[in-house]
Amino acid sequence: MDEWRIPLGDWVESFIDWLITVLGPLFDVIGTVLKETFEGLQSTLNFAPAWLMIIILAVLGGLARNWIFAIGAAIGLFLIALMDQWEQAMLTLALVLVAGAVATIIAIPLGILASRSRAFSNAIRPVLDFMQTMPPLVYLIPAVVIFTVGVVPGIVATIIFAMPPGVRLTELGIRQVDAEVVEAGHAFGSPPNAILRQIQLPLALPTIMAGINQVIMLGLSMVVLAGFVGGPGLGQQVLSAISRIDVALGVEAGLSVVILAIFLDRVTAGLGTRSTVARQKEAA
Amino acid sequence: MSAIRAKELYKVFGRRPDDAVRRLKEGEPREDVASSGVTPAVIDANFEVPPGETFVVMGLSGSGKSTLIRMLNGLLEPTAGEVHCGDENVTTLDAAGLRRIRSQHMSMVFQHFALFPHRTVRENAAYALQVRGVDRQTRLAKADEALEMVGLEGWGSRLPAQLSGGMKQRVGLARALASETEVLLMDEAFSALDPLIRREMQDQLVELQHRLGKTIVFITHDLNEAMRLGDRIAMMRAGRIEQIGTAEEILNQPANEYVAQFVQDVDRTRVLTASAVMDTPRAVVSDTSSPQAALDAMREGHVNAAFVVGNDQQLVGVVGDEAAAAALQRSGDSLREVLDTKPTTVKSDTVLVDVFDASARSAMPVAVVDSRDRLVGAIARATLLTAMAKLRAAEEAVDNSEPGTQPDAEVSEVDHG
Repeated sequence: MDEWRIPLGDWVESFIDWLITVLGPLFDVIGTVLKETFEGLQSTLNFAPAWLMIIILAVLGGLARNWIFAIGAAIGLFLIALMDQWEQAMLTLALVLVAGAVATIIAIPLGILASRSRAFSNAIRPVLDFMQTMPPLVYLIPAVVIFTVGVVPGIVATIIFAMPPGVRLTELGIRQVDAEVVEAGHAFGSPPNAILRQIQLPLALPTIMAGINQVIMLGLSMVVLAGFVGGPGLGQQVLSAISRIDVALGVEAGLSVVILAIFLDRVTAGLGTRSTVARQKEAA
Repeated sequence: MSAIRAKELYKVFGRRPDDAVRRLKEGEPREDVASSGVTPAVIDANFEVPPGETFVVMGLSGSGKSTLIRMLNGLLEPTAGEVHCGDENVTTLDAAGLRRIRSQHMSMVFQHFALFPHRTVRENAAYALQVRGVDRQTRLAKADEALEMVGLEGWGSRLPAQLSGGMKQRVGLARALASETEVLLMDEAFSALDPLIRREMQDQLVELQHRLGKTIVFITHDLNEAMRLGDRIAMMRAGRIEQIGTAEEILNQPANEYVAQFVQDVDRTRVLTASAVMDTPRAVVSDTSSPQAALDAMREGHVNAAFVVGNDQQLVGVVGDEAAAAALQRSGDSLREVLDTKPTTVKSDTVLVDVFDASARSAMPVAVVDSRDRLVGAIARATLLTAMAKLRAAEEAVDNSEPGTQPDAEVSEVDHG
């Protein structure tokens, strides 16, 4: 059987080597930008004392949902601080926010394109499937080869792994907008870009927000794995807990991830239901 | 110059549509062409709509009427043929030209309202003006005017979801009216409403049309609606226009068996209007004439009452022969003092059922007036009864003729969609 084996892995490896020689400078720029953005954000988050950040995040939660949630969020975040995981949690939060923002910025235009062109939608679908189902750890390998060890390969792998639902739900949201309403836009002579901006995107917003919510949640599950390649934050704590069989640290770091996840999920979901469309649907 | 003109218009969906059009033009029947996998939706449509006319396209579902209306404003591109709007050929316009035509010359009202759910009622009504780049204050003011026209003043700050179906469609109508285009395309605009609301909306449209004089192309599957609204009606079946004519022409001279079958169940007394049966008034005198002049007019016309009109044919009243004679005897009484100032009148577009009603309440002939209360005709009770007898005979004639092809569905007030 051995002579039938195709060296697909080797091909990909040489492809990546080739990629580095050709696009090396571009990767350097990407790497620097991501790193600087992350550093800037994490130092801001860690600059403020924990109690101030807890209040700020709780107020954000209150604005996105309600004051009961704000109190719950404050208690949960305070627990992270009591477990002495605050600084690590802020590093992780910065990682998720940077990766989530970049993934969203890429995903929404792709979703819009996919909603407008069947061909593009069909072409991009297997790519999205690939991105979503490839075991996420695998992304870390070429990411490390390209960006070396540190926070950047973690962010890049997170972006790739977290992006697909953003594209899919943007496309779905726009396609679900009532065809007659879009036709009305055309019938009054509105140009396609204005129809997108004034009709399709606002009406698709709840679905797009659900997509962003998914991006953030997937991102959070990935940033822990980013610890394997030297990404800082709770992932690193989990990793060292595993290597030292340290149940106590493992539980504390893991619990911190859970609290952060619930907080981010509820806040982003809350933003989606706060849109005009969602409110008027409630009124109906 | 007609407001809208369609010339040899074809729309075929499916592969190689041009080939299908060529075969249809060579006279191949629709079924044969359709069997090769294409759908001929509109076949050789020709019509002109003069400015100010309400042109109704009537057909059952699948007859191609929605496709037809969408070719008028270029939402669908015709496979062959031309559409003209005023002096512009819509068919040859590029995308920007089409947008200009749509925003400045034709607006549309949709079956399921198609309101923007995230905008308030005012912002919905102002949409067309926003597209045209009118500043916010002006367009909201125009939107409020349009909302007032359709009876929705005070509802501007609501969201569409808070409105009932009838009110939503009023917003849809206001949105089209606010754009101040001369042409209004209405695609099954009232079909999604329940019958009572639908009737109300029809009346409102007729009234608005009296005031605004728009050119309206109205699509419907409801024959009664078509008869009530249409100055002229195009009967469509399987992509072809079978007949174009006024409601009366279609009732009384159906072009073919299909149209005849279609209209046979229509209650003619609810379709035919006073203007169809009225006579020229035989005794009309000015309100400044003497009682003697009125009596002379009655004698000449062999009637026992005379209509009295003021300047510009405005109906002032009616005077009976006894009243005129009494005035003459008292000599000195002018006509004005003895005339009955509340004569029984109907409008020229009142349907016959309502004319019966009016006629039953008065021994005198019923006066027929136009929208500005000018006398245009008279209906004596005998005239009405004669008209009835003729209608009976016509209906029986249709019933007795052996039906060739049955219309492929029932005609009813009930909504199919």
